[in-house]
Amino acid sequence: MSTDTVAATASAHTENTADAPVLEVTDLAVTFPGLNGNPDVHAVRGVSYTVRRGEVLGIVGESGSGKSVSSMASMGLLPEHARITGSVRLHGEEILGLDDRAMARKRGRVISMVFQDPLSGLTPVYTVGDQLAEAVLIHDPKTSKAGARARAVELLDLVGIPNAQHRYRSFPHEFSGGMRQRVMIAMAMANRPDVIICDEPTTALDVTIQAQILDLLRTARRETGAAIVMITHDLGVVAGFVDRVLVMYAGRPVETGGVDDIYYRSRMPYTMGLLGAVPRMDLEHQGALVPIKGTPPSLSDLPPGCPFAPRCPIARPECDMAEPELLAIGSQPSEEEIRARGTEAGAARTDGGDTGTQRVACIRSGEIADRGWTAQDIYPVPEIPESSFSDVPREDRPEMLRVTDLIKHHPLMKGAVLKRRVGTVYAVDGIDFDSREGETLALVGESGCGKSSTLMEIMGLEKPQRGSVSVMGRDTAGLGRADRFRLRRDMQIVFQDPMSSLDPRMTVFDIIAEPLRTHGTATADTTRRVYELIDLVGLNTEHATRFPAEFSGGQRQRIGIARALALEPKLLVLDEPVSALDVSIQAGVVNLLQELQARLGLAYLFVAHDLSVVRHIADRVAVMYLGRIVEIGDTASVYARPAHPYTQALLSAIPLPDPERERARTHIVLDGDLPSPADPPSGCSFRTRCQKFITLSEPDREQCMSVEPRVTATSGGDQAAACHFAER
Amino acid sequence: MGKFLARRLLNYVVLIFLATSFAYLLAATNLYPRGYFEQMQPPPSPEAVNSQLDALNLNDQTPLAQRYATWIGGVLTGDFGRTIQGGDVASQMWMKAGVTLRLITVATILGSALGIAVGAYAAVRQYRRFDKAATAVSFFVLSVPTVVIAIVVQVLAVTVNDGLGSQFLIYSGEYSAGFDGTWWELLGNRIHHAILPTFVLAIALFASFARYQRNMMLDVLGSDFVRTAMAKGLTRRRALFKHALRTALIPTITYFTFTFGALVSGATFTEKIYGWHGMGAWLIDSIAKQDVHVVAAVSWFMAITIMAASFLSDILYAWLDPRVRV
Repeated sequence: MSTDTVAATASAHTENTADAPVLEVTDLAVTFPGLNGNPDVHAVRGVSYTVRRGEVLGIVGESGSGKSVSSMASMGLLPEHARITGSVRLHGEEILGLDDRAMARKRGRVISMVFQDPLSGLTPVYTVGDQLAEAVLIHDPKTSKAGARARAVELLDLVGIPNAQHRYRSFPHEFSGGMRQRVMIAMAMANRPDVIICDEPTTALDVTIQAQILDLLRTARRETGAAIVMITHDLGVVAGFVDRVLVMYAGRPVETGGVDDIYYRSRMPYTMGLLGAVPRMDLEHQGALVPIKGTPPSLSDLPPGCPFAPRCPIARPECDMAEPELLAIGSQPSEEEIRARGTEAGAARTDGGDTGTQRVACIRSGEIADRGWTAQDIYPVPEIPESSFSDVPREDRPEMLRVTDLIKHHPLMKGAVLKRRVGTVYAVDGIDFDSREGETLALVGESGCGKSSTLMEIMGLEKPQRGSVSVMGRDTAGLGRADRFRLRRDMQIVFQDPMSSLDPRMTVFDIIAEPLRTHGTATADTTRRVYELIDLVGLNTEHATRFPAEFSGGQRQRIGIARALALEPKLLVLDEPVSALDVSIQAGVVNLLQELQARLGLAYLFVAHDLSVVRHIADRVAVMYLGRIVEIGDTASVYARPAHPYTQALLSAIPLPDPERERARTHIVLDGDLPSPADPPSGCSFRTRCQKFITLSEPDREQCMSVEPRVTATSGGDQAAACHFAER
Repeated sequence: MGKFLARRLLNYVVLIFLATSFAYLLAATNLYPRGYFEQMQPPPSPEAVNSQLDALNLNDQTPLAQRYATWIGGVLTGDFGRTIQGGDVASQMWMKAGVTLRLITVATILGSALGIAVGAYAAVRQYRRFDKAATAVSFFVLSVPTVVIAIVVQVLAVTVNDGLGSQFLIYSGEYSAGFDGTWWELLGNRIHHAILPTFVLAIALFASFARYQRNMMLDVLGSDFVRTAMAKGLTRRRALFKHALRTALIPTITYFTFTFGALVSGATFTEKIYGWHGMGAWLIDSIAKQDVHVVAAVSWFMAITIMAASFLSDILYAWLDPRVRV
């Protein structure tokens, strides 16, 4: 894209936009009629916002809060049976209710969208370039095929696809997730739209790729001058990126305002809880996270008053009388007025226009502002008892798990009848670590780094291809069947996806009792133990007879934890236990895990990609890259002084939920994608993306390229890194 | 890719050889050609029967291995032996295959095209009136055996003809015996004869294709890429046609090749009932006549068509779906 074309289009746009809002959504409501006698689902109930040119609005909310549905409604992408009311104006023109043909002319030209999952977002049977060219051609049929093709190549180049001319002919499956998301952004930018709606554009991506994509979105905003609506559940992503924030809950905006107002002077208990529930990577001693009890209400059966009241720690009887309006702080009606009006006032209505000042839908917002309450003041934060091990040095504690030079190589085979080996996937390639009693060791890294393979190798309790695994001092290579079965009592696992890791046809009681029965516990003992566990993980006794489908994600994960604890293991392996959960639910599970560890003296092997959660929960951390550990050490040192360039980049890539700090930070953005584990680079496997490598002198680079660095101590203490030029 | 296909082809050749050999051995051990000659009127002498059987390589007193060796030697040079009446199997086989191909080519194209269109549209209108009607019709057709459909259509044709008092619908034979005229009139006559059996075959195919395509289409309808296409500025109709249907057609096209391959010798009932002397009808007749060589030849032909169809579907799949290209 040449600069003068941008300038030309920009000036063309400014004439009719001036400072008028580009997109104006007023009192938007979306209802999905219930089929077969099911109640209607009120997915969005009165959303209003405006965005101006070049402005970025963040819409934040947990799953089911209606944030995606409201933007899909603006795009005219909802299924026909959805009932949409209210108004959506684009440059002052009403677009709600336009027929599909008229709406199609707007979509992609004036208003465009970037979706969450780039893996399924592109049609698999057309080339990437053709799909991009289609976006150009559809709005300008006069463009020649060659012209559209040239523009597509230009766009691919702009979004940072290397060798764009050549990659034009690639099919989507030949691109990585990050590259596909770049293509999606190119598609959204293709016709220089005035509004780009980004629906969780980085949720499905790894942090280093997320940093690349966020950079790219900044470029897109600069190049097109478009207004951006950024939808996300990640409070970190929006902090440094947006100008204003709209917080949604149960289909309604509950708080809106400038980004600093929301982050530092939040006046809605829900927003306050949400911010308090986020584990912070930048805080050394955060204490327990703020859990919000309960789960979001069902959108087909909402309580009469404030939808957050059932979960709110400071709810009053008046909260249940009528739904509070979104009003400026201090202008909420008093409790007497609400009682006088009674419940007959019905559902509240928003005051329509977006004034740009902070507005809150909470009758106690004025009080919160006056008293200067924070999340810690209004939410009961659980006391997490000190672990009894905390004063025993780790060297003196018994060893729970030791992994020495472990490898897991998968052969790549070719041929149907006569198979021959054509290569090797180095999934796990020689790693060493140990874990002590009462300690949490976290394995972190991006997808494909081998952290889950490591877990599976350990859990298998088999003889590894090379190296050794010993659990509680017993080498797994020498175990017989019966020994292995007995050893499983001592190590149990909690899986990532609470939806699919519980048998849907078993009751909670049977699920938790299964390991006990397998290991031959007497019936009476089993029953006693199951109820004990149900209580331990914070579920109620009456839950025992229900099926997993009746529970929310957080509750299911608690069931999974109860099952893992049934046999009183000493080592609990946690495979991304909270990554599928919403922030407010995640906080409760993280707190539970910490509490259980302190009470039962468990050792955790915690696998995660979320470095904020790791910082919060782990004592030690091992960073993995392409099947190897590149840095290991106690959490405080690694986070404070990362020695390996990859760790530095990883930590730098994570956005902080703190707008001022986030704006002041400079991120290290790594180039490109993770290399294929079937063909790792020679020498140091990280050198192809290393930000330090390019600054080195020629002989130093030679060393990186030819000599594989070993994990060596960097700070004299526990910290060690695999880098020739580690920070010491 | 070429290497992969070459290896596939080699596999198919082995499979065809095995299938044909088993079919021959099964037919040679279970059919009783001697009985066919013995029940002739007047009964021929045992010597005459033996010499007849020897001439045809069908004598059950010759060891099976020897008969098989003679037969397979012939097959390798393109000679499929003689029919029990002494005719050449190979030349008759090509004639019968021609008859069948004429019948099923039109029927499969018609049936699958209609099925795909109805199935895809039904998916778009899921649970609406059109979808419910299409579902009801296809399940009804699927639950009725083809033989019943063929006979019912024939009975209806008779009723229509009676009502009109003329031979409006023809339900027997491939062409009118002794009919003479210009080339165009001959063609017209053949088409006239082909209408009803083609319809019967097409209607049965339509039902399965409609169900299959509906499911395939439903799989892709909610896909993110259809939404992306609409977000680019395509209308819903265009996004469905260009992005959803194109993707959902891939499995159906391979299904089509298999159906076609299987039908070459699988349209038996329709051929028998409508008096078409095609492959299927020939197989049934030859079993009744204890004709070992014809049974083996038809089996060989079935194996060839099925393998060819599967080979074709491999190629088509790779051509249509870039994800499986290697």
